Amino acid sequence: MSETAPRVGLFVTCLVDMFRPSVGFAAVKLLEAAGCSVEAPRAQSCCGQPAYNSGDQHDTRTLAAQVIATFEPYDYLVVPSGSCAAMIREHYPALLADNPELTARAEALAAKTYELVSFLTDVRGMTGVEAAFEGRVTYHDACSGLRELGIYDQPRALLATVRGLRLEELPDADVCCGFGGTFCVKYPEISDTMVTNKAEIVEQTGAGTLLAGDLGCLMNVAGKLQRRGSNVQVRHVAEVLAGMTDEPAIGEGVKNGGD
Amino acid sequence: MSAGRDAIMGGLRRALKRGAKVADAAAQEAVDQRLSDIQRGLIPARAQIPPRAQVDLFESMAVEQAATVVRIASLDEVPAALADFLKGNNLAPKLRLAPSPELENLPWDGQPLLEVETGRAQDSDQVSLTGAVAGIAETGTLLLASGPEAPTTLNFLPENHVVVLKASQVVGAYEDGWDRLRESHGPGQLPRVVNFITGPSRTADIEQTIQLGAHGPRRLHVLLVEDTDPENGR
Amino acid sequence: MEPSPRAFKANAREAVQDPQLKRALAHVKVGFIGKRAKAVARLPEFDALRDAARDIKVHTLDHLDLYLERYEERVIAQGGQVHWCPSADDARAAVLDICRRVGAKTVTKGKSMISEEIDLNQHLEANGITPVETDLGEYIIQLRHERPSHIIAPAVHLTKDLIEADFRAHHSHLPPERSLEEPRELVEEARGILRERFLAADVGITGANFLVAETGSSIIVTNEGNGDLTQTLPKVHIVIASLEKVVPTLEDATTILRVLARSATGQEFSTYTTVSTGPKRPEDLDGPEEYHVILLDNGRSEMLAGPFREALHCIRCGACMNHCPVYHAIGGHAYGWVYPGPIGAVLTPALVGVEEAGDLPNASTFCGRCEAVCPVRIPLPKMMRHWREREFERHLTPRAVRAGLRLWAFLASRPALYHWLTGWAARLLALLAGRKGRLRSLPLAGGWTRVRDLPAPQGRTFHALWAERQRRAGK
Repeated sequence: MSETAPRVGLFVTCLVDMFRPSVGFAAVKLLEAAGCSVEAPRAQSCCGQPAYNSGDQHDTRTLAAQVIATFEPYDYLVVPSGSCAAMIREHYPALLADNPELTARAEALAAKTYELVSFLTDVRGMTGVEAAFEGRVTYHDACSGLRELGIYDQPRALLATVRGLRLEELPDADVCCGFGGTFCVKYPEISDTMVTNKAEIVEQTGAGTLLAGDLGCLMNVAGKLQRRGSNVQVRHVAEVLAGMTDEPAIGEGVKNGGD
Repeated sequence: MSAGRDAIMGGLRRALKRGAKVADAAAQEAVDQRLSDIQRGLIPARAQIPPRAQVDLFESMAVEQAATVVRIASLDEVPAALADFLKGNNLAPKLRLAPSPELENLPWDGQPLLEVETGRAQDSDQVSLTGAVAGIAETGTLLLASGPEAPTTLNFLPENHVVVLKASQVVGAYEDGWDRLRESHGPGQLPRVVNFITGPSRTADIEQTIQLGAHGPRRLHVLLVEDTDPENGR
Repeated sequence: MEPSPRAFKANAREAVQDPQLKRALAHVKVGFIGKRAKAVARLPEFDALRDAARDIKVHTLDHLDLYLERYEERVIAQGGQVHWCPSADDARAAVLDICRRVGAKTVTKGKSMISEEIDLNQHLEANGITPVETDLGEYIIQLRHERPSHIIAPAVHLTKDLIEADFRAHHSHLPPERSLEEPRELVEEARGILRERFLAADVGITGANFLVAETGSSIIVTNEGNGDLTQTLPKVHIVIASLEKVVPTLEDATTILRVLARSATGQEFSTYTTVSTGPKRPEDLDGPEEYHVILLDNGRSEMLAGPFREALHCIRCGACMNHCPVYHAIGGHAYGWVYPGPIGAVLTPALVGVEEAGDLPNASTFCGRCEAVCPVRIPLPKMMRHWREREFERHLTPRAVRAGLRLWAFLASRPALYHWLTGWAARLLALLAGRKGRLRSLPLAGGWTRVRDLPAPQGRTFHALWAERQRRAGK
């Protein structure tokens, strides 16, 4: 690794850490391919969104302070999630406004925090990947990444370079899947209506695989597709871009396990 | 003044933290300024085109909104054009005319079978004919203002509203219309009603399908008088 | 009608199971969204106009007291009267007073959300005066004794068949064998019936999209022309509006009008945009003899003082609810009061109290579509989060949730402990799921697993695997 390789602190996210580490390893592979050196500091857990969106500012600030302290030594904080990236980039500075010293540090960290795919294209200038994936794929635009960070072209641009992959645009790709963190369990009927709509449209595309950049959304839609007995497989976009699709898809058993 | 007014103003002043002399004076100054030195906002480029093009734009936008537009060469052709409109829509030869000398003095006796009455609209009137203050090219919108020669009921009670609009009255943007009214009525003054009318009445309240003629006129017909010099446009 | 946002969860549950509502709401999704997008695409200056509209609102709110003073001066100079009403009660009393004084028996009404907010119709009826809604959608829901379910399309939750049934039931003087198959026929029938009412009314009440300080005018926009017949034919015209409707000049109103219809229905301009100033002049041949403005506070001055001020920018276009996936799922009535959708989620707690309406700002995924389409750039998700913060501070959040968050924060701020526990949790869940890789049910996770499977963890946490990788690489 060259001495000028930027040091990236990988923010794993609580969901990737506990449910699907393969997404984290795909992120590492992509970042290294982009010429970065990657560390995943152990003193990390959660960006604070559950507390933040529940109105619990105190606990959010505690976690934010931890994230800032852990990651500010790095050149970049990169995270395979639009919602966690938006939390740190867009919300931390205002959240800590009553503590000027911490605000300044939050602003400094925000300025070097990026969602994974847009980091690869917008900061590292990546224009393609060395990966293959046979089949028709459709892509859901997770809300925070789309509307708070403007992520739309970047994943599509990289997916277009995956050998064998045919991208079917998902109608209503920009409509929320109904996850919304605690929303899906607080208002289950509304969430179910939203995720059912999403699953129906995904099935109608005829694609064999659904991708997105946020694991929460992916688990939500995967769970619904599987409850409906659908054949659509669900993966994180990083896994496809890194060519790491040997693992079972989200919610699937060991290969040839099935029901 | 009233207790209600005091209570509300008190609440507003508290909310806005009034009481600091300098800040309050600055606030009053800002309000006085804005109301006396009236500024236009952002005006779309769409209608900032030469006068002849504005007339064409007015026509195409109005037609898009289900108005009908017929061009005539001069005001004198209005009675005949109106008779055409009535015949074309199988309407009885009766008209409620706006009491404006310009319209009253047109050659109505060239239409001997036509019953013309002036005044405000009555419930039984089927067709009205009025003038206008301006035509706004930006969205094909007519600007009408109430007055002794322009009772508002003519714009709404009859099922068919015919408007005489001169090409010289067509302007680009709504703001040009406001300028005309300020000229004729004075600063801060308006007639009782100013109507911006874009096409005939409609509703989409039944399963989001558009139906014309909800309460206002079912038909809006514009007689566009080409009173401008074709060489100069104005 | 009593507000019932407390019943939100039950209402929402019912609503998502209603197939007729689902059919009706499909029109909202397809119609309004597509039409707005077309109108926006056609006007290159649209986004800049949104900024301009927002700036006008910000400036006006910063000087609201002063503009209201100037507005009142002009109304009086033009022969009108202004009634300042701090509460809904005051407004109802003021309107009733005027109606009684002129011996009104029937009152026609243009669409007014403020009149819904203060339950004006009920009050008039209780006092022997008959209010007649003239906007077709409002007329239909008046027959059904329902609230509007959308702020610009009040009957959007109804299908044609339901409307036909209502007309047959209420217009019993008309021949029963008549055809009401087509929407055209329904509109014709309503036109005929309401025509009589327009002509017979003693008082006409309209709302106001804008109040203009420069000229003392009120502005309404309609497509039907009902607002115009309401305000021109009777002897008395009453305008009922809340404080924040005021804008400085006609030009300011015009700027905002450019984004209003486009955001609401995707029209370039509403069919009728009407600017009324005072009663008829001596030389006018028609028009009302009296012009009254009911200025309602009902919580606005309080909102001006706090973090919800930006909600006062609202120009009642309905774009937020047209684009909201939660509104698409449940419709407007589930919100339990006058204002549904995202703006309702922010306004309702402010006006009826957060104890009553706490569910509304919580029933959102913060997807952000509302803010993305709001013509005056109200940061709706941020306002909803403020309400959640208020609820949390006041311990209105359910205790189980508070406890869960406390526990989560405790663990998450102790990474070593967190990694150890999550390591075990990942192993356990992976074990429970077995070869299937997912769980159909899980204790404590009923909210999730009732309607979807829960994908199982891969078995080890990232941090555990990463530590191993580092060890192997000798780091």
